[in-house]
Amino acid sequence: MHPITTVHYMVLSAALLLIGTIGVLTRRNIVIILMSIELILNAVNINLVAFSHAFGPDHVQGQVFAIFVITDAVAEAAIALGILIALFRNKETVLADEIDLLKW
Amino acid sequence: MNFLDLIWLIPLFPLCGAALMLLIGKKLDPQPASDVAVAPGVEPVAGEPHAHGHPHSPLKFLISLICPGTILVSFLLSVGAVWQLSSLPQKVHQVIQFSWVAGLPFHLANGQMATLQADWGFLLDPLSAVMILVVTGIGFLIHVYSVGYMAHDNGYYRFFGYLNLFVFFMLMLVLANNYALLFVGWEGVGLCSYLLIGFYYHKKSAGDAGKKAFIVNRVGDSGFVLGMLLMLSVLGTLRFTDVATALHSGQFTAETVHFGVLSAMALLMFIGATGKSAQIPLYVWLPDAMEGPTPVSALIHAATMVTAGVYMVARSAPLFQLTPQTSTIVAIIGAGTAIFAASIALVQNDIKRVLAYSTVSQLGYMFLALGVGAYWVAIFHLFTHAFFKALLFLCSGSVIHAMGGEQDMRYMGGLKDKIKITHWTMWVGSVAIAGIPGLAGFFSKDEILWQAFSSPLGSTALWAVGFTTAAMTAFYMWRLMNMTFYGKSRVKPEVAAHIHESPRTMTVPLTVLAIGSVLAGWLGTSKLWNLPEFFRGFEGWLAPMFSSGAGEAVKESAQSSSTEWSLMGLSVLVAIAGIALARYLYVIKPGIPNRIQAAVGPLYTLLYHKWYIDEIYDFLFVNGLCKGGGRALGAFDREVVDGGVNGAGWLTRFSAKFSMWWDTWIVDGAVRFSAFFVKMLSYPVCIMETGRLQTYALFVVVGVLAFFGYYVTR
Repeated sequence: MHPITTVHYMVLSAALLLIGTIGVLTRRNIVIILMSIELILNAVNINLVAFSHAFGPDHVQGQVFAIFVITDAVAEAAIALGILIALFRNKETVLADEIDLLKW
Repeated sequence: MNFLDLIWLIPLFPLCGAALMLLIGKKLDPQPASDVAVAPGVEPVAGEPHAHGHPHSPLKFLISLICPGTILVSFLLSVGAVWQLSSLPQKVHQVIQFSWVAGLPFHLANGQMATLQADWGFLLDPLSAVMILVVTGIGFLIHVYSVGYMAHDNGYYRFFGYLNLFVFFMLMLVLANNYALLFVGWEGVGLCSYLLIGFYYHKKSAGDAGKKAFIVNRVGDSGFVLGMLLMLSVLGTLRFTDVATALHSGQFTAETVHFGVLSAMALLMFIGATGKSAQIPLYVWLPDAMEGPTPVSALIHAATMVTAGVYMVARSAPLFQLTPQTSTIVAIIGAGTAIFAASIALVQNDIKRVLAYSTVSQLGYMFLALGVGAYWVAIFHLFTHAFFKALLFLCSGSVIHAMGGEQDMRYMGGLKDKIKITHWTMWVGSVAIAGIPGLAGFFSKDEILWQAFSSPLGSTALWAVGFTTAAMTAFYMWRLMNMTFYGKSRVKPEVAAHIHESPRTMTVPLTVLAIGSVLAGWLGTSKLWNLPEFFRGFEGWLAPMFSSGAGEAVKESAQSSSTEWSLMGLSVLVAIAGIALARYLYVIKPGIPNRIQAAVGPLYTLLYHKWYIDEIYDFLFVNGLCKGGGRALGAFDREVVDGGVNGAGWLTRFSAKFSMWWDTWIVDGAVRFSAFFVKMLSYPVCIMETGRLQTYALFVVVGVLAFFGYYVTR
């Protein structure tokens, strides 16, 4: 059985990034978009942790950084959901393509 | 009592009378309900034939006392002043009451500075002495006459107020010591003349005649004013004494050869005189002025006002003595007017019109005398003419009064025994004007003819014209006498019953004037007669005044006395011939005039219609110059002025339209095009801005991928 190498993590990470990106770009529901953003962030986390592991036990900056990213993601999700609820109260929709005021 | 320093009182009295009448007169003489008067001098109520001379109310009687009274006082003051003047060595007395226009500096024509000064001052010298005696003396008699003549007229107070005002202005005119003050009187008498011609203002013809007189006089006055201004700018003064001094100072020489500035000045002055004294070409107003009441015709339009021009030219003698060319023009105009007016008088049928043209003709004589340099003779004729012409007019008024307003001589005749006093006084007047020796007209007229013949400025032609006029004068006056008083009565039956002699207030002045007409001439008898000095008093009184001139014009003629005797005899002969012819044609063979009339039809018509001068003037000036000019000006206003305004309006509208087009298409177009241009440029950018979150996210992704690809493939 092959050991799990850094390359595997990177493949997983790239897959998650791809899935997340496609989700952000294609899904209409903002909640899904937010979830896709979580996927992207987690793909980054996996990268950070994998490289941290690959550089050896003396290098923990990657893991610490991942924890910051998780914290950041939580805060971001909380604010985004708040905005989303306020948006829903005004517009009665959560579909991204119906909210198109940000233009000329 | 020093009358000489009181001469300012002479005009003051008539002024007070006038002020009293015109301010409160209406209260003294209440007007009847109907203000429409009947014909002049006619009693409105036929039922009271003895009402003559009895004014209706005591207050009206007061008017009859006050107004002639003021003139009488003036007359007495004048007599006193003239009496004292005659004892002065210099025979000139100047009183300057106060300065009227004081010291306005201005530049003379030669560049020197001078001050314009006009006094309210009086000058009494032999010339004005004669004038004030005539004005107040004749004026007083005519006032008395008017008391009777106007007794039944409405506006009694108004009439006397105007008449007194006239005497005031006339006295100012003749007593003034400078041209400016003379001009005040000059315009004042013009005003009174206008007011009195239009006295019967409800008659359109009277109003028209008044306006005609006023306007024609203004034409002359413009000349006078210009002459005065020219004098001011050349001589720097208007005071008579200073003008004479300046002219005699040697600075100016007689303009015998060229027509210089002095000649122009004299000519302009003379134009003023032609207006006031009814000479060609401005005589046309005088015959129409007969629309006024007859006493007015006598006082203003025969005896005094119309002689103002003669007076003014005589007053300007120092000027005219230096300008022989203008003097010649004066003489020619005078002689021309004399014969022209006399020719019209030959055929007129209105008794007052004959006298009016006779007045014009006699004034022509006076200007003839002035023109040949015989100034004292002109004033002498003025003096005698004042007597006999006032007398003739008043007599004609008396006749009209007797005839109940009839003025046409064709409906008179045979009045001799019905109105005896009028007849005899008029007989005296007619003899006097005809030039029968012994009466006033003979002396003055004969002297004029002799001067026209013998003076250096005179000529045989001027004498011949005057001589012919003398014959015509005798004829038309005796035609008038014969048609009125002699022969068969042609009076309309309804008038005949009422013919009556005039009241005493009218006949007494007639008698006094008749006596004057006989005696006045004896003050100026010819030298040939070798009478005592007294009988040549007029020449001795006046002639020295006019002889101080540099170019002494009137010198004793070299003509032999036998020539003068024969000329005198000749003029007496034609006078008698004229009288006899008139008697023959109009009394002995009354049918002949009609046959003559038929034989020389066109000539008669021409004379009867006064040479059509009125029509010509109407055509040339009233219709041609005034109305035509008015039309031309109207057209000019309509076409050019309005056209300019309309054109400016059109131009403004056009420029506004153009401006609007420019604004809409060019300015706005530029703005909008730039906006459109920017919008076009922005279009590609705009379509990327969908407003959708995911589009923007896609751009981010694409951008990241692009960077990524760039770094990978590098």
